[in-house]
Amino acid sequence: MTSIELPSYLEQSEHVRARFDKLKQREVILEVKQLDKQFSSQQGVVTALKDINFKTHRREFVCVIGPSGCGKSTLIRILAGLESPSSGHVMLDNKPVFEPGPDRGMVFQGYTLFPWLTVKHNVMFGLEMQGHTKATAESEALNWIELVGLDRFANAYPHQLSGGMKQRVAIARALANKPRILLMDEPFGALDAQTRAKMQANLLEIWRNIDITVLFITHDLDEAIYLADRILVLKANPGEVEELIEVSVPRPRHTGQIISPEFLATKKRLEELIHPPSDDDDDDADGLHMIRMAHVGDDVEVME
Amino acid sequence: MSQSTRLFAVRQALSKKQVTTLTLLSFLLPLFLWSLLSYVPFLWHPKVEIVDPGSISWFKSGMLVERDVFAEQHRLAAEQESALPEGFRSNPIYLPAPHEVATALYTAFTTKPTRSSEQWLHESLWHSIQVIFWGFTLASLVGVPLGVLCGTYAAVSKLQEPFIEFFRYLPAPAFGALAVAIMGIHDGPKISIIFIGTFFQQVLIVANTTRKLDIALVEAALTLGAKNLQLLFRVVIPGILPDLYRDQRILLGWAWTYLIVAELIGTSSGITWFITQQARYKNFDNVYAAIIMIGIIGVFTDILLARLGKRLFPWEKEQVKS
Repeated sequence: MTSIELPSYLEQSEHVRARFDKLKQREVILEVKQLDKQFSSQQGVVTALKDINFKTHRREFVCVIGPSGCGKSTLIRILAGLESPSSGHVMLDNKPVFEPGPDRGMVFQGYTLFPWLTVKHNVMFGLEMQGHTKATAESEALNWIELVGLDRFANAYPHQLSGGMKQRVAIARALANKPRILLMDEPFGALDAQTRAKMQANLLEIWRNIDITVLFITHDLDEAIYLADRILVLKANPGEVEELIEVSVPRPRHTGQIISPEFLATKKRLEELIHPPSDDDDDDADGLHMIRMAHVGDDVEVME
Repeated sequence: MSQSTRLFAVRQALSKKQVTTLTLLSFLLPLFLWSLLSYVPFLWHPKVEIVDPGSISWFKSGMLVERDVFAEQHRLAAEQESALPEGFRSNPIYLPAPHEVATALYTAFTTKPTRSSEQWLHESLWHSIQVIFWGFTLASLVGVPLGVLCGTYAAVSKLQEPFIEFFRYLPAPAFGALAVAIMGIHDGPKISIIFIGTFFQQVLIVANTTRKLDIALVEAALTLGAKNLQLLFRVVIPGILPDLYRDQRILLGWAWTYLIVAELIGTSSGITWFITQQARYKNFDNVYAAIIMIGIIGVFTDILLARLGKRLFPWEKEQVKS
């Protein structure tokens, strides 16, 4: 189908390979071992996640991608401690995780800023929960707010902010706790394309400058390739790890790379994994069964 | 057509001018209807007020008789060629004209009580307001915290709500006699009726409001390290505060509806005493005046509370607009 010859997505330049070697030498922050998750529903027991295993190293940027219903949201909720696995372990710094805690920051898809608190107090919230004094919490919070570029809005309420700004505050709020890992559940899913691109660049900038590991869930292939060191591809029914792809696109990333051979090769591979060509796709392939309801000659696409 | 919105566009906001006009009309239309019935004789006026009894021995001037009775007596008198009774068409005594009620509204406050032991109208009103205040405050002191706990913890909910659900069907006034037996004949039983009428609804409504708090906010707080009581006091309570306040406003309105029954229990008192007393003397203009006064107090309290709410919860201000 593709008109240009793409390299294999597995091919890495020397520079990229060296980066990955270095990355894998770093200590493991998050380790998921034989994780299973079953729900009991009216149709019986549904397996949402089956035998998930992976490791994330310090300062790694991991994206999790998969078709809808692959349990990626369930996975991140288990990592955050908001749900418990049916079996298996989640280890953070080699210690098992059972409940939510400030060592794992989370940014949700929906806006979860506390509407009754100003931007500053939202960011202070976690710090105060850790028992910091108001004064320390405030000065810390202001630093983080400045970092996400919202110092002018420190005293604004969330409803006065745009969607992108809200998510920036949410990131600042999560980072203020100095978590070991930042879990992000499709955080830019509700934003328009332009804001989303800006947010992605911002996030990479933050990640570059802070000692933080990121696990980022998305269903957007471009987003995953643009952001990630490695992409964990899940498949649906049941949610299983299909492949852990090392993204061969060199860093630092920029939007121009979207047409680079490495980028396209990785994207092609992801597409194969997520939308595999199947036999019962024939109905969809034909498109719609349309009857012409416009006048003859009144064409919007003229054949040449 | 751009500056004024169409009146009947589904779920579209109206212009400011339209809102003002319609608000005024909502009061003026009933008043207009009332005036029509009161001042246009042929519309209703089923009675005749006797001015001169003439030869009819049982007529007295100022008396109200049915129109057909008057017509019959008038015909009989005419047949016997005796003095004819005279009168004009009028409404029954229970429908005084607007101006009469308006006068009563004013004079009710300036009229001395007939007996020295009785209260001025403003004193009666003040007494009623105090009964409402204590009944509602006491109910809220227990009901609101219990409701919040029910909405937050499933265990509390399951322990409390089934019984409360049952109890709220028991009509509060039914406990009147019991309340008098326990608390005597003065304000105690009245306050307790308002308490019973408010409390059980309150727990259920507050519990529901609490449950409507977006669970994502609680989850966000959990991931930020909030625990147990921190969740309750730093997330749940501030999160529901504006809705809780709205609930309380509605519940306060309900508390007023229990007032009349409550005040009839034991020695009648307050505005109810005034109303029943005036009804006994057939001073229906005063009765209407008192009822309207309750309405005015209710509406103004609510407007005041709404204004206060806007100040208390600045983060809610523009959410409503968007």
